Amino acid sequence: MTRDTPFEPDGGDGPGAFLLNADARPRWLDDVVIIGKATLVVYGLFIGLGLAAGLDFNGIVSTLQQVTLLATSFALVALALNLHWGYTGLFNIGIAGFMAVGAYTMALVTAAPDATFPGLGLPLWIGVLAGLAAAALVGFVVALPALRLRADYFAIVTLAFAEVIRLVYNSSALQEFDLLGVELGTGGGQGMSFPNLRNTVSRRLMYVDGDPTAGPSLVGRPFLAIGDALELSPSVVEGWVYTAVLVVLVAFVFVVITWIGNSPFGRVLKAIREDELAARSLGKNTDRVKIKVFMLGCAFMGLAGMVWQGRRGYVDPNLFLPIITFYIFIALIIGGSGSNTGSVVGALLFAGLLFEGPPFVQRIVDATFDLPRPPTVYDGVIALGDLDPMPLLGYAVGELPNLRFVLFGVVLIALMIYRPDGILGHRNEPASPLDLTKERPPRERDPASPEGGESDE
Amino acid sequence: MSEAGVSEQERAEADMLRVSNLEKRFGGIVAVDGASFEIERGTITGLIGPNGAGKSTVFNLITGVYNPDAGRVIFEGEDVTGLRPYQLVDRGLVRTFQISRELSGMTVLENMLLAFDDQLGESLWRTVVPGVRRSIVEQERALLERVWETLELFEIDHLAHEDAANLSGGQRKLLELSRALLTDPEMLLLDEPMAGVNPTLEKKLLERIHELRSQGYTFLLVEHDMDVIMNNCETVIVMHQGRVLSRGSPEEIQADERVIEAYLGGEI
Repeated sequence: MTRDTPFEPDGGDGPGAFLLNADARPRWLDDVVIIGKATLVVYGLFIGLGLAAGLDFNGIVSTLQQVTLLATSFALVALALNLHWGYTGLFNIGIAGFMAVGAYTMALVTAAPDATFPGLGLPLWIGVLAGLAAAALVGFVVALPALRLRADYFAIVTLAFAEVIRLVYNSSALQEFDLLGVELGTGGGQGMSFPNLRNTVSRRLMYVDGDPTAGPSLVGRPFLAIGDALELSPSVVEGWVYTAVLVVLVAFVFVVITWIGNSPFGRVLKAIREDELAARSLGKNTDRVKIKVFMLGCAFMGLAGMVWQGRRGYVDPNLFLPIITFYIFIALIIGGSGSNTGSVVGALLFAGLLFEGPPFVQRIVDATFDLPRPPTVYDGVIALGDLDPMPLLGYAVGELPNLRFVLFGVVLIALMIYRPDGILGHRNEPASPLDLTKERPPRERDPASPEGGESDE
Repeated sequence: MSEAGVSEQERAEADMLRVSNLEKRFGGIVAVDGASFEIERGTITGLIGPNGAGKSTVFNLITGVYNPDAGRVIFEGEDVTGLRPYQLVDRGLVRTFQISRELSGMTVLENMLLAFDDQLGESLWRTVVPGVRRSIVEQERALLERVWETLELFEIDHLAHEDAANLSGGQRKLLELSRALLTDPEMLLLDEPMAGVNPTLEKKLLERIHELRSQGYTFLLVEHDMDVIMNNCETVIVMHQGRVLSRGSPEEIQADERVIEAYLGGEI
């Protein structure tokens, strides 16, 4: 590690040599490097565009925070979907419904009893646990009948169930109701309010007793110090703290799902995906495995519903439209289903480049250039006759948030043609706690190697 | 009366598998119409019959893929009628498929490792609790040694890291048989194990089957290749139109007029 150590292309064996040699690098570090690169791409783009638009530092940091929050939220759901679809082949297109169950359960448990639409008034952490449990339970209820169906019918059931859930929350019958003598209410179409999760969590972490006037806590000190040094506004710092919590959650779910995948249990999941009858004929109780994995994935989806769509202390049924489900599918398809790293990378690229990118570009163009903004596309086309492309361009820029959907379609078609497995879907994730690719038959093992010593001849 | 009952029971214990009056209808078609037979422990038995005789359906009824409309399946003296496939595997009744069902997106090693019963790491919580996870890793190492032994025995260890999808037809059959062995079976039901297998591999497969039989495994094969059946089975069961037409040694079967007629499509 001194400067005069010559560069050794095949790795050397000093500490840190694995950083240079991709073969010697442990798998998890590979994953970190790939995710890091994708983050750099997205951040680089937003910093570049932000600078071009003349955003101040605070504005750029705030934009990055919003992008990161969205990306981590997508990543959380994409990981859960990867467990269902990528690992087990369960085509769940009812994601939004399970997110809604998580968020609404948290809302009903934590909302104040004297609010317009009352809840139980319990602490947030109980709300989060209840949300997880409820999403898993609803997953169980859906799984029991649905897992007996073939893949495509299973998909239809999940989609229908998600819509049923959303319509139930939308129903005025549940706007206010009595459950065993307790007044509760979902607010129907108006939605319901409950303590703000984002503010509560970030302030709890940053300040003593969650009170901004009581001074910073141990965790909050470095964040606030950095914020001060960079002259960031307190709300941006709070936003970053909450985003950091989500990053930790994603890391946790990532590790859990990776461990599940790289285990005998994950091997059964993979076998179910490949050929369920073969798995059953090898003595695997596939129904039980499918129910377990479905419930766990649904719990993670419920978690995402709480920390993402439920973070503002307000939920309404429109936050859980089926389109959310399809956003997640696009993210996972981009990243490559079957790969957890792919799920996260797909979520980053989708949230950054496709979802948040176009509206951001629109804001910048609006702020920088003075484009005409004709009310309809016809005005733009007519102006072309006078060799003036500006009105059409202005119209297109004005419609960028909607043109995104065209972009989604184009990206999906291009992927299907050029990279049907997504960015990382081709990677073989071994379904074993050992790295099977490095295993050798006993007679080929090097007698000097630590494992092969006794088994040779 | 009681004497007859005892001898009945003794016979049941000598038999690995007894099938009595199995019936299965699909809509208006009677696929299996009262089939009854016994398989002796430690033998290789062949199940033959013209196309549509109901061989595959009988296989599926025995292994729990279908539930019979009537009749009983007795395995090692226990009634196992209507049990699920995974429950039958737990009891030692394991099958392979006519069109081999290797798990194509998984490597040969993964395919083999899947077969072991009651792996610690097949319970979800053990895979994610850090301290407990170590026991899974240790078990995996031990299992892997057995996988390598079996792969070497079947001479497919050089394919260990291949995706099963890249294997040839014969290699897939070898993989399926060796994988089935790792489930620790008592009896193996092989559905056309020689279909699509070249003569060299066929010889190797048959050698393995005989070797395993001498170790005490029981085999039931469905096979269309008459040479394979006549040269390797102690007992041959002939099915025709959903029923057992004849049962006997290969010589007896070859001399049986009814069997020849059934194959040639004559009236019986």
